[in-house]
Amino acid sequence: MATTLYQQRSQNAWRTAFLMAMFLAIVLAIGYGVSWYYQSPSLLYIAMGIAVVMNVWAFWFSDKQVLSMTGAKPATREEHFDLYTVTENMAIAAGLPMPKLYVIEDPAPNAFATGRDEKHAVVAATTGLLAMLDRQELEGVIAHELSHIQNRDMLVMTVAVVLAGFLAILADMFLRMSFSGGDRDSNRGGLFMILAIVGIILAPIAAQLIQLAISRRREFLADASGALLTRYPEGLARALQKISGYDAPMQRTSHATAHLFIANPYGKSAMNFVNGLFATHPPVEKRVQALLGTGV
Amino acid sequence: MTTLYTVLGVLAVIGVAVALAYNGFIAKRNQAKEAWSDIDVQLKRRYDLIPNLINTVKGYAAHEAAAFENVSNARAAAMGVGATATPAQHAEAENMLTGALKSIFAIAEAYPDLKANQNFLQLQKELADTEDKIQASRRFYNQTVMALNTAIESFPGNIIAGMFKFVQMDLFELSEADQAAKEPVAVSF
Repeated sequence: MATTLYQQRSQNAWRTAFLMAMFLAIVLAIGYGVSWYYQSPSLLYIAMGIAVVMNVWAFWFSDKQVLSMTGAKPATREEHFDLYTVTENMAIAAGLPMPKLYVIEDPAPNAFATGRDEKHAVVAATTGLLAMLDRQELEGVIAHELSHIQNRDMLVMTVAVVLAGFLAILADMFLRMSFSGGDRDSNRGGLFMILAIVGIILAPIAAQLIQLAISRRREFLADASGALLTRYPEGLARALQKISGYDAPMQRTSHATAHLFIANPYGKSAMNFVNGLFATHPPVEKRVQALLGTGV
Repeated sequence: MTTLYTVLGVLAVIGVAVALAYNGFIAKRNQAKEAWSDIDVQLKRRYDLIPNLINTVKGYAAHEAAAFENVSNARAAAMGVGATATPAQHAEAENMLTGALKSIFAIAEAYPDLKANQNFLQLQKELADTEDKIQASRRFYNQTVMALNTAIESFPGNIIAGMFKFVQMDLFELSEADQAAKEPVAVSF
């Protein structure tokens, strides 16, 4: 069992790296194409600058922003003994400092981790989660969240979001300038123009899809690393099954924070094919299979 | 002249590589040592809780002297294991203590008043949590030792490790100890 988890972990890390590299290549190629078309590299720099500033800001203050968004309050050792001590234990096993711990008043079982690095890490769980899970299952969930922190998933996802955002801004600029009819050389034909427009419309969608694929990859990775922390994959598997059995969305969710949660905060009904492609999380059945080493 | 420079260049590269590898070994070994002392922190927490537990239980079941003696001896033995002992020796002493504690909680089953005592319940929870923490710190120790051992065993680190006499460290055997941790000290009510 242990060896397959180790393999899974390195496999997942490689796949993420591959996705990121592909992503970067596509974004740079498109950006280069656009600036070449307009003969103005400044366009590329401006778009890149806007995307970077916006998202680095979000990344740097993620620990404070997300908490005000979802309405959480700090957890204490006396009031939430199991949550607090389990988090302490998993932090010891992971070699991480104890993260700030919060409880969210919400009957839907869920949990998330955020923060720009391990010293600013925040872990939050809903009251629904605490009521539903026993100590071992909670251990699995917390180990999953701490793995997100240890794997630097906030950073990975921020880079992915920066790249996707950059592309969206670029596409937007391109379309505006095309329709307002900026000065163009006559040697670039109409066919190229049409192709470019189609490409520039599809590119942000493709970027979004890759970004989400990375998010799903990171979930598998956090599952595998979390199982290595607890040495008890059944705990997380049971927790995931229980969580997926709860078929109602969280009261307060936003797309901006969806990728942070342990399970899709929009509830199970959101899982049809299109949503599968656009999902931040892989289906629970697949995650359980991966954890228990059954199936593929 | 070019040959000389080439040879010097190659030597410099090798020198830097050896220095980096050496520092890497030092860092990994120190991490493992730190992880080892972190286990002691958790063990000490357990030693500190035990007298409280015994006093509480004594108030209700004073005549179970043999069990108290057992725990005290096991505790003293575990505390007496020196810093130079191997993980296996540590594990053995700690397992004895865990076993002795289990017998105390088994005794408590026969005393309903004790089982309802808030202090006792709190101590029981704390001890169970401390067991978890000991396991967690051992797992972390194993991770750091595994990183060191893998670096020592794999090429080309094995050559440099051999040169500077870096040796592999012992792992805690987890399977058995973990199994014990999954069956909590607490007895069903």
